[in-house]
Amino acid sequence: MSKESKDLAAKAQWDSKRVLSLVVNNALMIIMIIAAIAIAIVNPNFVSASSIVNIISQTAAYLPAALGIAGCIVLTGTDLSAGRAVGLTACISASLLQVAGSASKMWPNIGTLPIPVVILIAMAIGAVIGAFNGFFVGKFKLHPFIVTLGTQLILYTILLLYVKMGNNGGMAISNLDESYNSFVKGSILPKIAGQTIPNYVIFAILLTALMWFIWNKTTFGKNMFALGSNEEAARVSGVNVLMTTIMVFSLAGAMYGFTGFIEGARIGSNTANTGLNYELDAIAACVIGGVSFVGGIGKISGIVIGVLMLRLIFIGLTMANINQDLQYLIKGGIILFACALDMRKYLVKK
Amino acid sequence: MEQPALLEMRHISKEFPGVKALDNVSLTVRPGTVHALMGENGAGKSTLMKCLFGIYHKDGGEIVLDGKPVDFRSSKEALENGVAMVHQELNQALTRSVQDNLWLGRYPTVAGGLMVSEKIMSRRTQEIFRELEVTVDPKAIMSTMPVSQRQMVEIAKAVSYDSKIIVFDEPTSSLTETEVEHLFRIINMLRDRGCGIIYISHKMEEILRISDDVTIMRDGQWVATRPAAELTMDEIIRLMVGRELTSRFPPKSNKQGDVILEVQGMSGRYTRLKEASFQLRKGEILGIAGLDGSGRTEVLENLFGVMTREGGSIKLHGRPIENRTPREAIKNGFALLTEERRATGIFGIRNIRENTVISNLKSYLMGGICLSDKKMKEDTDWSIQAMRIKTPSQSTEIRSLSGGNQQKVIIGRWLLTKPEILLLDEPTRGIDVGAKYEIYQLIINLANEGKGIIMVSSEMPELLGVCDRILVMSGGRLAGEVNAAETSQEEILTLAAKYV
Repeated sequence: MSKESKDLAAKAQWDSKRVLSLVVNNALMIIMIIAAIAIAIVNPNFVSASSIVNIISQTAAYLPAALGIAGCIVLTGTDLSAGRAVGLTACISASLLQVAGSASKMWPNIGTLPIPVVILIAMAIGAVIGAFNGFFVGKFKLHPFIVTLGTQLILYTILLLYVKMGNNGGMAISNLDESYNSFVKGSILPKIAGQTIPNYVIFAILLTALMWFIWNKTTFGKNMFALGSNEEAARVSGVNVLMTTIMVFSLAGAMYGFTGFIEGARIGSNTANTGLNYELDAIAACVIGGVSFVGGIGKISGIVIGVLMLRLIFIGLTMANINQDLQYLIKGGIILFACALDMRKYLVKK
Repeated sequence: MEQPALLEMRHISKEFPGVKALDNVSLTVRPGTVHALMGENGAGKSTLMKCLFGIYHKDGGEIVLDGKPVDFRSSKEALENGVAMVHQELNQALTRSVQDNLWLGRYPTVAGGLMVSEKIMSRRTQEIFRELEVTVDPKAIMSTMPVSQRQMVEIAKAVSYDSKIIVFDEPTSSLTETEVEHLFRIINMLRDRGCGIIYISHKMEEILRISDDVTIMRDGQWVATRPAAELTMDEIIRLMVGRELTSRFPPKSNKQGDVILEVQGMSGRYTRLKEASFQLRKGEILGIAGLDGSGRTEVLENLFGVMTREGGSIKLHGRPIENRTPREAIKNGFALLTEERRATGIFGIRNIRENTVISNLKSYLMGGICLSDKKMKEDTDWSIQAMRIKTPSQSTEIRSLSGGNQQKVIIGRWLLTKPEILLLDEPTRGIDVGAKYEIYQLIINLANEGKGIIMVSSEMPELLGVCDRILVMSGGRLAGEVNAAETSQEEILTLAAKYV
């Protein structure tokens, strides 16, 4: 065989291998798309304008928390405190934005605060929670699983105590000011195909853009990936490992704070159980979207796809009239499948 | 003529609880010279360097850089003051690109520090690579590149800091001959620029070739600083060990018996080994030579069932065996000393006893349920004595021993399984000169006892000094077989280049 034909043969083989690995690496996407098509055939309403807007809105609601937690996963960590942080900031946001003068107002002496101030308060509280996590992880070298397990419990007590404060006495925090409702759930966009697109979709898009910029274009973002990939290399190259860790968790916390602010209005009636298990959905979305627990790997676009896919499943199951009890089985299966596919990329066959 | 020193480390002392790691050590590096730092493992070379980089705080002494006293508190501060180090263990962010690694910790930014500029980064990377004649794609992801190229990136990184002092810690351990030449060209270029190079290596041929001055340390103390031109290999060994080593290799006394192992056409499924055939006799020491990546390790790991075989047959005493997994291989009387001791040999935080008995647990079972502490202690004692392991006790963590002693523990571990065939992959890597001699003696003794030994090494003198026959690998294939007593390094090198 001449050298050229050998090269050609090698190339052809490489191509078939590449096609196979492309299929395997994107297997989840392919399955999801097939599933979506199947659901659409069973119930054509699945692809109606209202259904699509519903899917997009729900994706937007869950996206910020996932964007935050993804940073923790890039650092080979995780964050179990996300859900409680969302719950706490949701209750705080709601309590500060109740209708003035109503009898059930939690803090009657505080009028209805301006919305930007409440957003800042929610994000600041989230950031402080995150910084607390990051400090324990970075300073004491504890595994984030342990640290955030502890924080999560601490936050639950704070949350339980908070909803009993003021005039509230443990009731659901509702009766929200109209400005708050319309800021979050209202729409400044013209109706598309007769459907209202809520403002929180716009916020999610802006946050996604911001996170993309932070991850890809800033020193902090690059340091985060380097740290997740090889902490020692980052340290000897002069990266401030402690500060970067604290900032990653803190940024994640700020995202939970923002999610809390949105959820406060979106749910409308907030209790100590608001935000429960949000972290699990967020982690699942990241894993499905290819943010690897191996560390140092992940893309913003992957996270968006991950959140979208999880929502597709939930909404799709309802629409396809499949027993709702099955949703957890399907979710669990997808997580295992996604992780196994992900690990396959990093295993070297011998 | 005396040049003013570029870097002076004067009377450095460092004490750890119970150990005097550095005792009044001085080192003077002149501009435009390569200063070799030698000593056995544990002599204090890395401790001295860690004091320079502020990773350890020195207890006494002073460091003067360019006439100014300095006291770095972190490697970042050292880097900013023109003192860089190429680490022996590659410390890289493998999931990131070459240029992301190169500029880590000092990304060029635009827009008031808000944005990292990929453009500037890529331009500067290309400038440095051009200057150093490094042919690596700056956008390639680190994990997709061979170790030698990653090593080059590490070297380029050190150079890119415009450093006055560059420390090379065992830079050639993963480089091929051509790459070593390339590295030496880079070092010579840096020397011509007036940089001071500190070069740490165990390879004496290299030291004598590249360095101007040599400082030798032993047991945390300064022993001698001499011009390299005045030193010979034997002299260096004498200074390092502190006693005469009449020879680098013990006398060979092993006698060969019948053929015990026959390998026919062994190939790897996922690895590059192709059609290797050879035989091994009882009491024989068979060497495997070749360049890095030539398939040396693959021969051993395919034989031991760590790697998946594609074809070929293995016969033990004329009886075909499979060795599909290491468990099966161990049952058939094989033992494998792996190449990367720290990664795949020792259980670092576990003690000597657990490290010793791990492959032989079945034989300590009482009634099939409970392990007998007494038997395990006895066997560990036997191993400590037979291998002459220097350790305070059986319950010492293995990671606190020197490399040579760790290696002896692992050899002891395998001897407890009563193997017939020992596969040794780089048995003396990262082990100091005195301990190497002991390992050689152990290998020859084992052959004397009638074991068949296959030994992979990248140090040719070692293969020539210890083995009976040497197989030479090249490009995944067996390029030839030579008699160790009659061959030369040149012949082996020619064979090693056959299929490259």
